[in-house]
Amino acid sequence: MSLFKIYVCVKHVPDSAATITVLGSDRIDANVTFLINPYDEHALTEAARIRQQHAPAEVVAVCLGPSAAENTLRSAMAMGADRSILVVTPQDHDSIFTARALKSAIAQDGEPGIILTGKEAIDTEGMQTLFRLAANFGLPAATNVVKLQLQDAAALVECEKESGAVDVIRMGLPCVVGAGKGLNTPRYPTFPEIVKSRKKEVKKIDVAALGIARPASRVEIIELKPAVENRAPRALTGSAAEIARQIAAILKEEARVI
Amino acid sequence: MEKVALLIEFKAGRVKKANFGMATLVRRSGKAMCAFVVNDSAAEAQAALEPYGVQQVVAIRSGGPGAAWDPARWARAIAAAMDRFGITQLVGLTTPQGRDLLPRIAAQLDAPLIMDCLEVDLDRQMVKTSRYSGKTVATIRLSGRHFIYGLRGNAVEAQKAPVAAERLSFDDTPGGDGGFEVLETRSDGGEALNLAEADVIISGGRGMKSGENFRLLFDCARLINGAAVGASRVAVDLGWVPYRMQVGQTGVKVNPKVYIACGISGSVQHFAGMKSSGMIIALNTDPNAAILAHCDYYAVADLFDVLPELKRQLTASMSSAE
Ligand SMILES: Cc1cc2nc3c(=O)[nH]c(=O)nc-3n(C[C@H](O)[C@H](O)[C@H](O)COP(=O)(O)OP(=O)(O)OC[C@H]3O[C@@H](n4cnc5c(N)ncnc54)[C@H](O)[C@@H]3O)c2cc1C
Repeated sequence: MSLFKIYVCVKHVPDSAATITVLGSDRIDANVTFLINPYDEHALTEAARIRQQHAPAEVVAVCLGPSAAENTLRSAMAMGADRSILVVTPQDHDSIFTARALKSAIAQDGEPGIILTGKEAIDTEGMQTLFRLAANFGLPAATNVVKLQLQDAAALVECEKESGAVDVIRMGLPCVVGAGKGLNTPRYPTFPEIVKSRKKEVKKIDVAALGIARPASRVEIIELKPAVENRAPRALTGSAAEIARQIAAILKEEARVI
Repeated sequence: MEKVALLIEFKAGRVKKANFGMATLVRRSGKAMCAFVVNDSAAEAQAALEPYGVQQVVAIRSGGPGAAWDPARWARAIAAAMDRFGITQLVGLTTPQGRDLLPRIAAQLDAPLIMDCLEVDLDRQMVKTSRYSGKTVATIRLSGRHFIYGLRGNAVEAQKAPVAAERLSFDDTPGGDGGFEVLETRSDGGEALNLAEADVIISGGRGMKSGENFRLLFDCARLINGAAVGASRVAVDLGWVPYRMQVGQTGVKVNPKVYIACGISGSVQHFAGMKSSGMIIALNTDPNAAILAHCDYYAVADLFDVLPELKRQLTASMSSAE
């Protein structure tokens, strides 16, 4: 039986708790802790689960990012990826270019049985790379997946929508799955797994070697500014009843919502 | 004249309120507006949207009469309708439905898309949106042949400007399903109001101490028109309330007129989801809680004392309004 290849696209993102400093007018000081994008952890955990069920299978983590993203791939391998591919780039890219680069790197490596990724990245919050990747491959895609079941030639997924509704969708394999938070509880690696991940392969490809032409469609950051906070906190004091009375008055007179 | 299409979203047969702000945004650009309605009532859309300056309603019929929701097929139909009506700019909402449709349309057209826009300049194809967990605001330029925008709920205040609208229709052409099939849509009958569209949100965190105590928040929310209840991740992780109520970096991003945080410390990840709120009110027993330094009004007080009083106040102001 041929190897079932599970590709997991992961992004190297600043720690959500990091202090972000804007340099110049369009980029951030990258001298902060970077981590694997949280939603991608759900994708990796799911990939490791599928590998069990679909043996023989392998999990390959793929990332477009700076050389430092090797750390993120090491975390991905500690969480279960067997090997990884880093498409090294010196700059940030939009999702249009990113999806082309990921497609090219995956297609060069092998034939995907399924592709997983997080439903969005917490830094740029684009919410679209997975759909573009799927379109580049001509594959079906679903986002915010909270349940995934592989059948013979199909994936049965449940996608969370608003107010607790879910869509139950069948996609032919291969397909692209955008992991939502409800998919699983990420399994964090044990120390031996971390040690083992250091020996796993990170194949580095220079982005230029993929020969991707500059897309005619793109988005560019013209300006990046720290979010200004212009709130001047005022204390409400007195007894609980007095505080409640003041809140009700604020809702009525200032905010005009009641 | 250049026309901009609005992707209208319905809920239970009615046009969602958030569409009116979206129509207002496009009307202010001075461009003609055309509302796309997929498999929902164009008559209802016309009646609801005429007051906001929409001059044209296009009923897109996808999948034949009675066809159920199918994001892949709808996206193809919307892209085809854009082509048919010569639309190069499409504006939708950053709701769960918008998150499922707009990226599919953008991928199909290989068009630039920015979700969760706070501002959109339709003349220059520039938007403002938050980046890095709400810690920065980015001005972004889109280039391409088509431009797609997902607007953050409540980003633009709706303003009336009545016109009369004409109604057109467009039928999609059947094609293969592309290996994608919606088998069913299930609902657990969750709360009626989506957090992202609420005018007022009352949220609870670890300080609520149990899921049952969230009743205190629901009791107040019920007394405020357009109010919904949210939660911090801790309250979700402890199993007190469902994940869809989580506000923050890895939850829903909200933009209400008023956000009331009860027993929430104000972590950066929580702020990432609610910092653009019009007004923030915090109730916390800890005078050093981070949220107290980043809000408009706060009370260092026990939520279990204040919330029952607030319920009483709201009940009183409701009956005095009648
Ligand atoms: C990658 C990542 C993503 C995350 N995403 C999110 C997210 O989307 N949303 C989110 O919320 N968090 C998120 N978090 C978690 C975040 O870091 C915090 O842990 C969380 O927000 C804290 O929740 P809390 O404020 O309810 O709890 P705590 O920080 O424990 O605060 C509880 C507060 O309640 C107050 N309190 C206690 N009793 C009372 C009382 N009787 N009356 C009044 N006040 C009282 C306390 O003084 C305290 O300030 C994320 C973390 C990470 C690492």
